[in-house]
Parts: sequence; C-alpha cells; structure tokens
Amino acid sequence: MQIDQTLTAELLAKAKRKGASAADVVAVEGDSASVQVRLSAVDKLSKAQEKRLGLRVYLGRRSAGASTSDFSPAALDELVETTCALAQAVVEDPHAGLPEPAAMATDHPDLDLYDGQVLPMDRMIELARQTEQAALAVDPRLTNSEGAEFGTFGGRTLFANSHGFYGEFQSSSFACSVSPIAVQDGLMQRDYWYAVGRKFSALDSPEVVGREAGRRTVRRLGARKIATCRVPVVFDPEMAGSFLGNLCSAVNGYAIYKGASYLIGRLGDRIAPHMVTIYDDGRMPGGLGSKPFDGEGLATRKTVVVERGVLKSYLLDTYAARKLNLVSTGNASRSVGEAPSAGATNFYLAPGKIGPEEIIRSVKRGLYVTELIGFGINMVTGDYSRGAVGFWIENGELAYPVEEITIAGNLKDMWMGVEAIGNDLVFRGRIASPTVKIAEMTVAGE
Amino acid sequence: MADSLQSEKLSLERFGVTGREVQSVMGKVKVRDVDYADLYFEHTIAESVSMEESLVKRASKSISQGVGVRATAGEKTGYAYSDEITFAQLERAAGTARYIARSPAGQGAVPAIRAGHTTRDLYPVTVPATEVATREKVALLEKIDTLARAYDPRIKNVMASFSTEFKSVLIADSDGKLVGDVQPLSRLQVTCIAEEHGVRQMGTYGGGGRIEFGFFFEEGRWERYTKEAARQAVLNLHANDAPAGPMTVVLGSGWPGILLHEAIGHGLEADFNRKKTSAFTDRVGQGVASELCTIVDDGTLPFRRGSLNVDDEGTPTSRTVLIEKGVLRGYITDKLNARLMGIPLTGNGRRESFQCIPMPRMTNTFMLPGESSPDEIIRSVKRGLYAVAFGGGQVDITNGKFVFSASEAYLIEDGKVTAPVKGATLIGSGPDILKRVSMVGNDMRLDEGIGTCGKDGQSVPVGVGLPTIKVDEITVGGTQA
Repeated sequence: MQIDQTLTAELLAKAKRKGASAADVVAVEGDSASVQVRLSAVDKLSKAQEKRLGLRVYLGRRSAGASTSDFSPAALDELVETTCALAQAVVEDPHAGLPEPAAMATDHPDLDLYDGQVLPMDRMIELARQTEQAALAVDPRLTNSEGAEFGTFGGRTLFANSHGFYGEFQSSSFACSVSPIAVQDGLMQRDYWYAVGRKFSALDSPEVVGREAGRRTVRRLGARKIATCRVPVVFDPEMAGSFLGNLCSAVNGYAIYKGASYLIGRLGDRIAPHMVTIYDDGRMPGGLGSKPFDGEGLATRKTVVVERGVLKSYLLDTYAARKLNLVSTGNASRSVGEAPSAGATNFYLAPGKIGPEEIIRSVKRGLYVTELIGFGINMVTGDYSRGAVGFWIENGELAYPVEEITIAGNLKDMWMGVEAIGNDLVFRGRIASPTVKIAEMTVAGE
Repeated sequence: MADSLQSEKLSLERFGVTGREVQSVMGKVKVRDVDYADLYFEHTIAESVSMEESLVKRASKSISQGVGVRATAGEKTGYAYSDEITFAQLERAAGTARYIARSPAGQGAVPAIRAGHTTRDLYPVTVPATEVATREKVALLEKIDTLARAYDPRIKNVMASFSTEFKSVLIADSDGKLVGDVQPLSRLQVTCIAEEHGVRQMGTYGGGGRIEFGFFFEEGRWERYTKEAARQAVLNLHANDAPAGPMTVVLGSGWPGILLHEAIGHGLEADFNRKKTSAFTDRVGQGVASELCTIVDDGTLPFRRGSLNVDDEGTPTSRTVLIEKGVLRGYITDKLNARLMGIPLTGNGRRESFQCIPMPRMTNTFMLPGESSPDEIIRSVKRGLYAVAFGGGQVDITNGKFVFSASEAYLIEDGKVTAPVKGATLIGSGPDILKRVSMVGNDMRLDEGIGTCGKDGQSVPVGVGLPTIKVDEITVGGTQA
C-alpha cells in the first residue's frame, strides 16, 4: 500500500469510526545500506527497506499508541482496534490531548535535509577502504583495526492528525567512521573518528576522517594512571558535547515535571557564568536534528535555553508544557512505536572567542578529557562520576596520555565552574559543543 | 503444558511462506563461494504500560515482523532484511546477501528443509503476558504506587512500568535445518523519588524474566521491588560524598555481577578475539583471575532473562566455562567465529531482531560460590567500600578498562558496614581486576532479571550473578579526594 496522505486520512477516519475523539498518525519509510571493511577486506554488508506506522488515539482524556510494519487493510483495522482497546484500559489524564488546532504549523520550509544521491555498494566499500587505509597509514604502530564503516539512509516521514494537519518531509544521512588499533609493548589502544551529514558532497573525505582517527589512536599509546587529585578539567569538543548532552536531558520537560532533574524550578535562575549561551534550533538548514515541524505538527523554532548563564527555557512538547503550565517549544519528539516525548533538535553551546590551544595553555596542571565511559550520572541530584581517558596537562602542554581514572563532581557545580569556551564548534550530531574548561573536578586514580 | 504455544514454532505458514519457497531462496543465497546461509523469520508483539504521578496514563503496543537473509563467505557477511515477508522480497534479499561472495548468480544445491527437534523448553508459558488484559497491568501499577507512598512519606513520585514481549522466531539454515522458538519476556521496573528539606534522591528496582504475568505476584516480588526502590531513594537522602582513589571494595551478591559482564565477559566474545582486538586475545590457558574465581556463561537456566532454548542461529544454548579456578578456558561463540577459529560452538549467536546480524553475546554470566560467609568478608576489611546496588557499566575491549557505577554503597570501617555514601563509578582493568579477588562468598545469587546489554548498537536481554566478593583494590571515583 502506498504511504501517503490517503493512507493517513483513511486511518484517522477509521479511528474516528471506532470512537476516537482525536488521533494522530506518524509513518516512516526508508532505505538503508551499510558496509564494513576490516584490514582492507569486506567484513559486513547490509541493506534494508523499511516502513512503519504508528497511531495514537484519544478517547477524551484517555490515550494510547500502537505501531505496526504490516500495512494490509486487515492489519490496519486491527491496529485501530488495538489502540482503542488500550486507550480504554488506561485512566483519564487531564493533560492529555492534541495541541490546539490554531497551534499547528502553517509553514513547511525546505530545510535542505535530503540528498537523493544513491551510492552503489562498490563505491561505499571503496570509501570505507580508503578511510581505513588513511587511518593505518598515519603510524606504523597502527597494525590492526576494528574496521571502517560507510552507511547511508534515505527516507520519508509523514505526520497527520485529526485537526486536519498533514505534513511530510524527506531526509537522508551519510556516515563514515573508522576505529583503528595501535600496539606498543604488547598493549593495545583503540580510538575512532567519524563524519556524518545529510549531504554526501559535504561529508569529510575518507582521508580526513582516517587521518584524524589514526592521530587520535596513536597518541593514546603509553597511557598511564595518575594520582588522585583536584584539578581543572578541559573537555575536547566531543566530550564537551557529552557534558552538554547531560544538560539537554536535565532541561527536558518530561524530566522536569516528573521531578527527575536537578534543574526543576530553576527557570530564570543563573546556572552558569555569563559566557554560557545554549540554543536549540530545529530549523538549522541541513542540521542533523532539523525538521520542518515537530512530532505533533507544531512549527519547529530556535529556542534560547540558556542565555548568558540564565536558564530561560525547558524543551517542551504540548503535554509537558501543559503539566508545567508553560507553552510548547516545538520540541515534540515522536518516533514510531514509542511514547511521545520532548527532545532536542540541534542543541548547541554558542562558541567563545579563543582557540582550544589557548584554553589548554591556561592550565598549569590539569586533565584534558577525550573519552568518557559509563553511566555514572544521577540526573535527580546532578552527581557525576565517570571513567575518563585523556591527557595530563603540565604547564599548558599535553604531557602524556592517561587512562583508568574517573572524574567526579556535580553537574550544578560543573556548569557554574565553566571557565572558558573554545571557538571550535562543529556540528557532528544533534548535540554539539566547542571545547569547554571546568575550574575543578575530582580525578580519582592511583 | 506449553504444547499449544511451542507447537506453532515450526510453522513457516505462520510467516506466509512455504518450505519450497524457503528452499528456493536458500539455493539463490548459497551460491558457489558462500560457506553458510540462513533465513531468520521473526514476529514480535510488544506491550508497555507505565505510571507516573499516580496515573497509569500511557500504554502502547507494537507488532513487528520481518525476515533477515544472511550469507557468509570466509570472514565476510552479507545481510539484507525486509519487514515484508513475501517470496519476491526474499529473493531480493537473497540477491543482496550473496553479493558478498562475488559469485555468479545461480541456484546452489541445498538440502531439503527439515524440522529440527527441540528437546527442552526452558520457559514453558501457557498464557504469555502479552495476552493478559491491559487492565490487570494497570491495576498492578496502581498497587505499586500506593505501596511506595505508604512506605515513607518522603516518597514524592513513583514511576513504574511493565513491559512485555512475545517473540516467535524461525531459523532456516543452508544445512537444511529448521528451528523455531517462542520467547516470552517481561520486566517490571519501579523508580521512586524521595524528597526531604529540598534534597531529592532516586531509587530504582525491578525484575522479570521469561515468565508469566503471575510471576510478579509470587513470593512477594512486586512488593519487594517497590519497597527496594523506595528504600534506596530514602537511604540516599542522607548519603555522604563517596571517597576517591584506590581502596578495598566488597561487592554484594546478585546484580553487582555486572562486574563480570564488563570486566571479562565482553572481552571473551569470540569476534574480538578472532580479530585480536581484545585485551584477552591469545590468553586461553593463562591465569587471569585468582584461584577462587570460576565463571560461567549459562544460557540454559529456566525462566531467566538471559536464557534461550536456541540462540538466534538455531544452536541450542549451553553452559560455557569461561574461567576455571582463575584460568581462562574459552570464548563464547557464534557460527561464523567458531568456524573461523576452529573452536566449539557455544550457542551464543544472538541478535536484537531480524534487522541485525548475529554476533557472539553473553546469556547469563556469573561466578560460582566460594566458601566464605558474607559476614566474614565484611569483617576482614579495615577500611573499604561495600557496594550492593549498581546501575550500568561499560568496557573498552581493546585496552580492557571497564567501569560500573554503584547506586547504593556504604563505607566499611573496622570490619563494620557504616555510613551510606553517594553513588560512584568504579574503574579497573579487566585482565587484572579478578586477580585481586581475595575472598568469595557462599551466597551466590543471580540478578532479578533487568539487564540489557548493548554491543554495536544491538540490545539483548542478559543476566548476571555473583556471590559476595572482596576485591583488594579498585579505583573508586568519588569526590572526596
């Protein structure tokens, strides 16, 4: 069955006939392909065509959702039955419901999210091979590899609701990554690098990706533990992005109304120094998190989340906004088959004026963090404790690689302690940050 | 008792294809240079119901169905999948999968498909939880809310969810074998938020397995999960900052077994060892733990979350000794890696869904009990940390460094458990840490059935287990330097 407005309209009509007072439908279809090359030989090759559809119905203030990949008329009838039955089983929720009809998006801007270029498998294999070769060529100690991968996705997202809203957009992505392994004195180190974007033509070349992966891996050789101490910590842009991601979770409207965030009740308060300004921009052209309308059909927009250190806005969909007596920020995130929620679009920390080298130079003794592992973050309290990999900074220089250490603190203090922000903001995902320096954290080691 | 459900498991008709069609597709995949091929059919019904702020207001259900076609040639794997199971789609997928072998298209000779026998059923379920009325699940979540709030007035919010799935799989391979399984899986999770004088804290607990809905009402399970979540939340209100630096750590029994999963389990998955990217590469026969440690991976434990009758390549699961009295004995394998490495097939080839290529994965990984009593172990520690509840963990396979994060821990002072401390991440080196195990308790316990393991973007349910153990030194990542 064709996936189009006729299909969504039919489904909404069926839901209405079964007694739904309101409903919405989201459908996605797409083609994906990926290749993995290891030590120049093809390791894995995978290809798929997928489609899926999700229905949410409201019986007054009761609601439920269901999804299926079977689009036959019988299966769709069953989907409507199932969803209505589920909605009857749950309790009334005074805040449940579609957005107000007047709130629906009226403009559907083309955000330049789609590249129709189809790469043949052989071309993808070649690109992955070149990436890995470029990585391993960096240094003779790079003798093994977890492999290089090249993947593509192209597809379409449709959304319709019983207010009569209908919207659809196409999107694509191209991703290239490699994870080389270096060996020295019988000990191995691994790192990786990647490029991802909506346009094939705008993607970093295999050589650029490979060289960076090789550089990042070799420099980890000879890593050691350090003594437990309290020192300044500099996050490289990737890890600063992870730190920013923690804030992104803490300002999510769902975490806020549930009381599961350390930032509840803090709107209007200073949570960071003046240099910190954070945006969520759903309409950045070509952005990996961009979309013309959100998961409820509201217009996406640019929201100032933190302005010069002051918390200005949470990320909200209609439901979280009603719970908090606020207004949706157009951040409804609606993936097929999952309960609706709020989510970031393109969430970023505005860049500062100084280069990352200058930030490192400002540290007499401290830690430069290039990788974090584990899940040691308590969002309710902000307590933070994670495994770290990076470099010891001595007199403003990266002195030697370190590993098997942890860094610990509290997210509240970490954000208040931001001392410098780099000028090196690059979007490699939906959450992006330049280099960030934090005044002091506890480093646990020997 | 389970006949009604298990009898359906070999029915290709259920997926709308015939044995002849499968054999024809198999012939198209297993062309000249293809060593092995398989077709993986899957049908999954999943339901989830959740509660927050005393309202059970969310329910969702999903049905997914699809087929994955795989061909392997030497070290290469070709894979294609489709959520439409038709002969035309299967033929298309076969074309993609065999592309890997670079052989001319054709019709390879493959044996006729014949049904394999499953001699056991580790999780006989008469009525899957997906068939239980949603209202009963709603009622359970409401009881949890009442009980948690009654536990302590400082409990300010309770979030609970019940999720269940019922997966039917059918695997046809190029040896002509056809194996099926039906796999129920349920989980009940409770999170409580406590508040006092402006301080807020959280506690989480839960359990489940390949069981019927009634499981949660037996042996006071749902009540126990609820009280545990509430107790942790309240306890942590008064926790002090955790220490920073190396110290003796006593791990409690059960879920702290996540140590084994991260520190050694992943490193013993055959794919990393074939590629020589694991810190455990070429170390079979060597001492990697203290003599007190014997560690197994066992996919055959009845009703457990990590168990399977057959893995996702149709191989019966087994009990594999990973470490015996400190000596590394072997790896866990899937078909590809067992063949390439010339080592035994252990039935650990798992995949998240028809969208994924199988890989060697753990099932239930645990340490066998030792001789010491838990009290004796605590008494032997002058100053240390006693960690009894954990969140997740992660490992870097290549350098062996791993972390796991405590969510409930206490100081041990002069052989006694004293003040609670806040959660902290523990970090160590996989090939090294178990050499520092100096006491192993007689109280081995498996976890409650909540674990999910992620690898290469694929999530699969797993179990872990541990007796109380003493680790002489591990770095604790607190804030008190």
